[in-house]
Amino acid sequence: MPASPARSDPTDRATADTVIRADALSKRFGTVTAVDDVSFAVPRGTTMALLGANGAGKTTTIAMLLGLLLPTSGRVEVLGFDMIRERHRAMPQVNFSSPYVDLPRRLTVKQTLGFFARLYGVPDVRRRVADLAHELELGALLTRSVGSLSAGQKTRVALAKALINAPKVLFLDEPTASLDPDTGDWMRSYLEAYQRDSGCAILLASHNMAEVERLCHDVAMMRAGEIVDRGPPAQLIARYGRVNLEEVFLDIARARNGADGASERPGALVS
Amino acid sequence: MSRLADDRTAAAIGRGPRATLGRIGAIVLRHVYLMRTSWPRVFELMYWPTIQMILWGFITRFFMQHSSYVAQAAGVLIAAVLLWDVLFRGQLGFSLSFLEEIWSRNLGNLAVSPLTPSEFLAALTVMSLLRTLIGVLPAAGLAIVFYEYNVFALGLPLVAFFSLLLVFGWAIGMMVSALVLRVGQGAESVAWLAIFLLAPVSAIYYPVTTLPGWLQSVSWLLPTTPVFEGMRAILIDGTVRWDLLARALAADAVYLAAGAGLFLYSFHVARKRGLLLQVGE
Repeated sequence: MPASPARSDPTDRATADTVIRADALSKRFGTVTAVDDVSFAVPRGTTMALLGANGAGKTTTIAMLLGLLLPTSGRVEVLGFDMIRERHRAMPQVNFSSPYVDLPRRLTVKQTLGFFARLYGVPDVRRRVADLAHELELGALLTRSVGSLSAGQKTRVALAKALINAPKVLFLDEPTASLDPDTGDWMRSYLEAYQRDSGCAILLASHNMAEVERLCHDVAMMRAGEIVDRGPPAQLIARYGRVNLEEVFLDIARARNGADGASERPGALVS
Repeated sequence: MSRLADDRTAAAIGRGPRATLGRIGAIVLRHVYLMRTSWPRVFELMYWPTIQMILWGFITRFFMQHSSYVAQAAGVLIAAVLLWDVLFRGQLGFSLSFLEEIWSRNLGNLAVSPLTPSEFLAALTVMSLLRTLIGVLPAAGLAIVFYEYNVFALGLPLVAFFSLLLVFGWAIGMMVSALVLRVGQGAESVAWLAIFLLAPVSAIYYPVTTLPGWLQSVSWLLPTTPVFEGMRAILIDGTVRWDLLARALAADAVYLAAGAGLFLYSFHVARKRGLLLQVGE
């Protein structure tokens, strides 16, 4: 468990320290509503997970938070910048990793990291690449092309890319998906340490419930584009009378009510 | 100062001309890396201009003996071939650099970075210039060695012709890239085909008066026609037609504004429809 910050309900502290804010966010594609009136805030130094079955609206929500997708209605702020009008001002301090976006396959790992370092305006590119290669144990891979790496190696390079600008806000979609349990555990420890040192806010989408329980201070459960329940992992587990988050996930995905019938809409922004 | 204010101050570091140049340089470097790791890409850049030059060099030799038009200005066909290739390579260089990002599914990374769409366009124009020079310079050298024709003897007007055609190539490249953003990778073949639609009405190898009257009106709407007419004015009459250069410049401005506008609008629509993550496969 990370030593800090304390696992109080992060929405209690969602005031001036809020670095990600979604307010009544909706996205419709024609007649299909992919995301419906979603609101939440992520304070600095905390990790929030968006959970839900495939098609629940997690990736669409993250795409809107990143400014990749324009919302039909609602507002997104990252680091105080409106992501519809000012996204390019926020992006030097934001980064992401997603299995839906590849890294250039023909470039070597060193060239790839150097390219992204320059793109994000990192002052000392060589040093940053060397430091990350050391920290993420990529030294032996630096001269290899990204396309020749195993899935697990690519995931580590993708994380290095996501950390290249020492971001204050990090969006991670399935960050440990292709990793063996040992490397996955090592990666989670690294992310915890990074957050502890940098105060970075992380928004995570993952289907690994043990990972979410370990890393996240706050969990938003999504179904059919809506946040149907929300709270710290331990609180959700207790509320549903379950032994772990996976069982809570199954309850929600299969639309079963929790022990106290608590499926009110807790997604309203608290500020 | 609050930490949020610190964040806004830190974000200001990512703005300004130096930061913009850094991001444009990063994209250019990424494409230079790509070319360095793939010699077929570089070979392909030089292949067609060289083949064209060899073919038209022999055609010129033949017409020198059988055509008074070519005999009065030996380099008129070779210069036309080289300048046409500037337009073709300029457009293809822009479009292919854009398509490389689609093929490698890297567009999402660029869209979620500090790079603005305008900086992306600027980087693609730099890559277009590099690709054009790699393709056309060896062919121009070949013309000197094998056909004793030095296109550089055109002097300063050559710089004007080169620039005007390159900019028109960028404008078409932007339109092609906008189309790919809107309808997907299926439209990529347009990158190779688009320019040839203009070839018959661009007065490349023959004077614009060869065309029917109504087609001449269409032809003069393009920047290519005044450029190639201007080239012939120098080679045949020995005069620099500044009026034609001005006309080409004005047309370039219109097409470049239209191309950039179309690209930026397509990028906006792609953000609205969620195409930036899907485009590619």
